[in-house]
Amino acid sequence: MNAILEALTKSVQLFLSVDPRIVEITLRALFVSGMAAIIATLWGIPIALLIGLNDFRGKTLVKTVFSALLGIPTVAMGLILYLVFTKTGPLGILGLLYTPAGMIIGEALLITPIIVSIATSAIESVDREILNLAKTLGASESQQSTTVLREALSGIILAAIAAFNRAIAELGVAQMVGGNIQGATEVLTTAISNETQLGHFQLSIALGVILLSIVFGITLVLNIIQRRRK
Amino acid sequence: MTIITELKNVSRILDGRPVLNNVSFNVQQGEILALLGPNGSGKTTLLKILALIDKPSTGAIYFRDHKITDSNMELMRKNCTMVFQRTIIFNTSVFNNVAYGLKMRKTSKNEIAREVEGALKLVRLEGFGKRHVKKLSGGEQQRVALARALVLNTPLLLLDEPTANLDPKTASIIEDVISTVNRESETTIVMATHNMFQAKSLPHRVALINDGKIDEIGTTAQVFGRLSKTLAGFAALDNVFSGRAEATESGTTLVNIGDGVLIEMTAKTHGQVSVFVSPEDIIISRNPFVSSARNIFKGKITEIVDSGSLVRLKVYVGKSFVVQITKRSFNEMNLGLNTEVFLTFKASSVQMV
Repeated sequence: MNAILEALTKSVQLFLSVDPRIVEITLRALFVSGMAAIIATLWGIPIALLIGLNDFRGKTLVKTVFSALLGIPTVAMGLILYLVFTKTGPLGILGLLYTPAGMIIGEALLITPIIVSIATSAIESVDREILNLAKTLGASESQQSTTVLREALSGIILAAIAAFNRAIAELGVAQMVGGNIQGATEVLTTAISNETQLGHFQLSIALGVILLSIVFGITLVLNIIQRRRK
Repeated sequence: MTIITELKNVSRILDGRPVLNNVSFNVQQGEILALLGPNGSGKTTLLKILALIDKPSTGAIYFRDHKITDSNMELMRKNCTMVFQRTIIFNTSVFNNVAYGLKMRKTSKNEIAREVEGALKLVRLEGFGKRHVKKLSGGEQQRVALARALVLNTPLLLLDEPTANLDPKTASIIEDVISTVNRESETTIVMATHNMFQAKSLPHRVALINDGKIDEIGTTAQVFGRLSKTLAGFAALDNVFSGRAEATESGTTLVNIGDGVLIEMTAKTHGQVSVFVSPEDIIISRNPFVSSARNIFKGKITEIVDSGSLVRLKVYVGKSFVVQITKRSFNEMNLGLNTEVFLTFKASSVQMV
């Protein structure tokens, strides 16, 4: 019990002393997850629009696949990406393994199903007549899609935030693709895992508190935004 | 008369069921044309085809002598807009709702501000611009939807049941706006309605639609004057009775429609006939009153249907009569189910079908 208390006190001290390594890890985690969320949103939203606004054969199957991928174990995803990015792998030539760029791509792939699933249901919940209305008011095809996206905005924001939270909080992909190299690919989750194994509990706790604060903080902001929009 | 738009042999099959069946008609520049028909007769589909948001299965649409195809839809789309029966609004401010179509047309900000203000004034929602549309009442939202269409000042305006399910105040504002824009901006209007009052008073011409076909089209005077079987069948609904007619000594005719109900009418005839009494020609009162009207019946209210500005009552006097009165009269008379009432109508209001 005393050990935990001591660790907690030290972690607060570390936290308050603005340790440069903690700052670096935190900023990298925010950058990697933020970029991953942006990329996944950029390619996920058009997919969601395609699924949400069209009726086609196999639509249910496509949606089921994306829903199933929501729960993909991050280690499994990490392993697949490792095998693809490793020097002898199909994309080994790109040298993405153990780089932030590789982590960003990996995280983006991991969270794409979140974006697609949540955004698709947000788009599907928009009144279908909105499209017809936009048409009768002279909107072009792209303007019609933008209008639907605007109507589904709170769902889209929810999708992006949920995806970001999953990216920043997951360990498997970050560990296996990034390799937790100090000063290069170390992020919050990998550092927590590593420092705990090394017995550096105070650092782990401080990083854990930061991670939780980020996730809670963003969720709180999201809730406030959604309440305002109602 | 210039023809602004025309449908030629348009049919529409939806899920294997014909919704429109070989419909042809034209709309003349500057007129108000009402599509009058019961629910499910194909009015909305017809409007959606004119608005180019639904495609005919066969047949052609013409706009100012151009046949509309996939490649020249813009020609008609920029000149025509539609207000839907169910109020559909964008989840934003009143201003952004009304400004939408102008923004799509890349109108300048100053002009948008001016036009939106004008349109809101027209529907009597001045100063509502900044309000969030979801915080308005249903009637106000429908007026926003109307303003959003009017602001575009398109030569052709399509209205799907513009006053259905609205309170009397909103309904009369909307009717006012319709005739104002038609008169002052010379906007051609095609409106679907199942409201006989509206079809008689607002439009220049009426097309009777039943089962996906246009049964009759003509000026309101022609259509209502002739009172065809179609009209009696769907618009008058229940007030069509059959019975034996016999001449009276005073020169009128008494029709025995059964169950002890005798209707007196001015038309001279005898034998088996069908007669019709327009629901709005029947006066309803709490007590009998002395008048020149020849038909007075005592009965009970058995059904009340609130349809916005109007209330439809079914009154059982031995036979069921449908009576249409304004919501205001209904409230002032304090009517309810099983209220005992008197129905009064003139012998000249009884028409033979």
